[in-house]
Amino acid sequence: MTFWLVLAVNSITFGGLLFLLSAGFSLIFGLMRIPNLTHGSLFMLGAYIGATFVIGMLGVKLNFWLAALLATIAVAMLGALAERLLLRRLPGDQMAQVLVTLGLSFMAADFCLMVWGGDPLSVNTPATLTGFARFGALVFPNYRLAIIVIAVIVAIALWLLLERTRLGAMIRAGVDDPDMARVVGIRVSQLFTIVFALGAGLAAFAGIIGGPILSVYPGLDQDMLPLALVVVILGGTGSLLGSFVGSIIVGFIYNFGQALLPELAYFVLFLPMLLVLLLRPQGLFGRHVP
Amino acid sequence: MSQRVFALLVAFVALVTLPYWMTGVYYVNVASQILFYAIFALGLNVLAGYGGLVSLGHAGLFGVTAYATGYILQLGFGHTFSIIAALIIGLVAMAIYAVLSLRSTGIGFIMITLALGEILWGLAYRWISLTGGDNGLSLKTRPEPFGFSLADANTFYYATLVVFLLSLAAMTIFVRSPLGAALMGTRDQPRRMNALGYHVWATRFYACMFSGLLTAVSAVLFVYYTQFISPQTLALTSSAEVLLMVISGGAGTLLGPIVGSALVVVVKTVVSGFIERWNFLLGAIFVAIVILMPEGLVPGSTRLWRMAWRKRKPRAGTVTGGAEAKS
Amino acid sequence: MSRKVTRRTFMAGTAAGVAVAAFKFPTPAIAQAAPFKLGLLTVKTGPLAQGGIQMEQGIVTFLKEKNYTFAGRKVEFISADTGGNPAGTKTKAQELIERDKVDTIVGPLAAFELLAITDYIAQQKTPLLSLAAAEDMTQRRPNPYFLRASATSSQAMHPMADFAAKELKLKKMITISEDFAFGYEQMGGFQQTFEDNGGRILKKLWPPIVTPDYTPYLAQIEGVDGVCQGFAGSNPLRFMKQYAAAGLKFPVVTGETGGDDALLRSFGDEALGLYSACPYTLDLNTESNKRFVAAMNKDYSVDPGFYCAGLYVNGMVVEAGLQKTGGKSDDKTALMAAMKSVTLTDTPRGAIKFDHLGNVVGDIFIRHLEKANGKLVNKTVKTYHDVSQFWTYDEKKFLEQPVYSRDFPPLKS
Repeated sequence: MTFWLVLAVNSITFGGLLFLLSAGFSLIFGLMRIPNLTHGSLFMLGAYIGATFVIGMLGVKLNFWLAALLATIAVAMLGALAERLLLRRLPGDQMAQVLVTLGLSFMAADFCLMVWGGDPLSVNTPATLTGFARFGALVFPNYRLAIIVIAVIVAIALWLLLERTRLGAMIRAGVDDPDMARVVGIRVSQLFTIVFALGAGLAAFAGIIGGPILSVYPGLDQDMLPLALVVVILGGTGSLLGSFVGSIIVGFIYNFGQALLPELAYFVLFLPMLLVLLLRPQGLFGRHVP
Repeated sequence: MSQRVFALLVAFVALVTLPYWMTGVYYVNVASQILFYAIFALGLNVLAGYGGLVSLGHAGLFGVTAYATGYILQLGFGHTFSIIAALIIGLVAMAIYAVLSLRSTGIGFIMITLALGEILWGLAYRWISLTGGDNGLSLKTRPEPFGFSLADANTFYYATLVVFLLSLAAMTIFVRSPLGAALMGTRDQPRRMNALGYHVWATRFYACMFSGLLTAVSAVLFVYYTQFISPQTLALTSSAEVLLMVISGGAGTLLGPIVGSALVVVVKTVVSGFIERWNFLLGAIFVAIVILMPEGLVPGSTRLWRMAWRKRKPRAGTVTGGAEAKS
Repeated sequence: MSRKVTRRTFMAGTAAGVAVAAFKFPTPAIAQAAPFKLGLLTVKTGPLAQGGIQMEQGIVTFLKEKNYTFAGRKVEFISADTGGNPAGTKTKAQELIERDKVDTIVGPLAAFELLAITDYIAQQKTPLLSLAAAEDMTQRRPNPYFLRASATSSQAMHPMADFAAKELKLKKMITISEDFAFGYEQMGGFQQTFEDNGGRILKKLWPPIVTPDYTPYLAQIEGVDGVCQGFAGSNPLRFMKQYAAAGLKFPVVTGETGGDDALLRSFGDEALGLYSACPYTLDLNTESNKRFVAAMNKDYSVDPGFYCAGLYVNGMVVEAGLQKTGGKSDDKTALMAAMKSVTLTDTPRGAIKFDHLGNVVGDIFIRHLEKANGKLVNKTVKTYHDVSQFWTYDEKKFLEQPVYSRDFPPLKS
């Protein structure tokens, strides 16, 4: 019985982490139609930068949350820079977008190897969240439960941004119909920079939040990118609700699939993704067929 | 003769005489690699460049043919039978791929092919009785067509060159054919093509099969070259790599994928011997291509060459904007 | 057209002739004046770079200590980055052998890389010393040009199982390792010896190599008194963290990669108590190890682990082999035979020699991860001497059984 409970709770917490990872990708793809293949690298950069602040640089050790914030801002700025200098020149040119995002990911991966070396970095769980929560026979680490809370907070914040602010309205307009949005006077190109920066920042935030669980190591980008793609496909692009529900569903598939069907562990995520693509290409909550 | 034909002729002569001026078995081998990866890239270009269907799972198909060759050889069959059987298996795999992937276009197609590629990669790891898992399959010998042993590097190079030239010829015929034109039509204006009475799905399907044939051919050359196949070859990074060859060279052009293949292979094999951070360099080259020649190396260089040429002979009153023909 | 022989050309010609004549006389010295070329196949980009970088550090440390001179000959060292994939390994091996004309190769890192080039190496008759643990390379499909001075996948796991059963008194265990050949071979070896000593493996878990979250597997660990893991690369770090985070407290035993000394700088307190069996241990008290560790601390500011030490020892074997042939490397087969017959007593991993299949017979150290002076250390608690790849099993019988795989040995139901 505890076994099922542990898996169920972990599905939700892992789903929370996946949401943080994929929300940015979904946003960028939904608005800008760019498959941001650098997303995994941004996750990894956020993790490395955050880990460096937590472990201590020049003798200064930062509080975990402060480190996370700084890493998020740093990578968001990098994202904005990449968008203005590179992606802006390629509207609609999918080939060139693939080339540049993959090129940047090669550079980012090798850069991390140059700076931080090949050894993995361990990120300590923030002091306030170490320890376990006990519910009868069920024992669950506090930090993982905290991730659910963080994911929900971020989801609500994003929802408020999209539904209740002017910026959000512009973003939604841009997602639904970029040309009309331009006609109505929305500065779509500026919007793109903001959204890309936001997406990059979210990826970085996910990276450092995931740090205490996943640690930081070369190859983290390649491990996480397919997960983001699976979530976005299952949940639907451009839809915040889709990202959130899709993340939880993928969390369940991941946990129960690996535990119950170990023979299919390599396919446990890609088979459902394939099925959804074949049967319902817009995903569960997508607004439009991609 | 025009500049273009002259340049191609020089290239042809250079390729045919390569073992004589490129001294060293090692460099001849690098040339062989450039050629069969070029065939792979040409195959992907049929879909990605001319068909507008970007596939991120082509390494899976490549792997299927390579594994089929290795497995059938291990069963004890001869080279000719194994190659033909492997090519057929590769084409069947492509047909299945096409039926599944062509249900979508655009990003949906990319995602389906990615999922298929990953599934094939997982199968390569788990179906140990067939694939040997991550220990892979070894091929003990290379074929000896007409008495020439392909174990010799120069002979292998010439065999690859022959296959490459045939593939390039096939590509040229395809692109200039009505099917090729229809394919480009479905890339640019699918709805109009439909309205005009073209069967869009069938056009794309035939294109997939042609792409599958080239991919299978290149896989056979690959597996005989390395004499080993393991799941790494089907990984997402391999699919991304061949796609990068196509895009960086120039998608939708005949020669683009060849140049792209040369770029990636040279950086990976030769430059990596001198520059430790060659991965970074490769990424930087890709980014530079996007900044300077986003249409790809071949169209971009042709454009620059034409601009330079035009500057040497200024013509009065000529407006050079607009219709630059795609090469 | 006749060439006029001017006085200048005559003098130049004579001078050249004299020079050639002068160089011709001390014949043996010329043959040895050509440097001994040592190639390294390693991975310096991508996820496998962790081990690959350490490999290079190890061999370079040895070369520096010997001033790039083996048996009186200068050593030219060429390092090649395979990219961590078999096609790249084959290409780089060709580069080293055909273009650079190396005499011996050390590396590559991964088993699949080694398998991609084994036929080629034998064909080219180039001696190769690798850490790659693929068992059959020195068992059922031996390569006469292959020498392994580290261990097969199960070589360290047999004594680990012996220790777990006899000293830790564990009776029921679950094994968990990555879903690939190195994992199967490690856990297979552990299972065979553990069950021979009265223990029982209840379950074997195989997470894929890329598993961000081990919880679905950790949740299945119960009803045991110990866990055996065989993770490699950076996975042990993640596993131990998630193991502790899942509240599991059973003792954990592991092999050469799961508790590697090079990971001590990344591990946190969650790894305390880990038992590992490794052919190398940082606190081994031999002269060469003290020199080696000091040099690593000085040049790279790190403590070496299994990968560094393995390549350092490979260097020692190459040098010893070259001493035996009197510095001659033209006859590669003779050089290979010389290296195979090397026995060393003072290495960073203790005394070593090779069996007739080219695999090392040496010490395996059982270490316990503890804290000393606020730092994590692996304290050696037991040493098994003269451990071969067959443990205490009869070689012929061992080779008759299939290679350790996911299903062999089978679970006793």
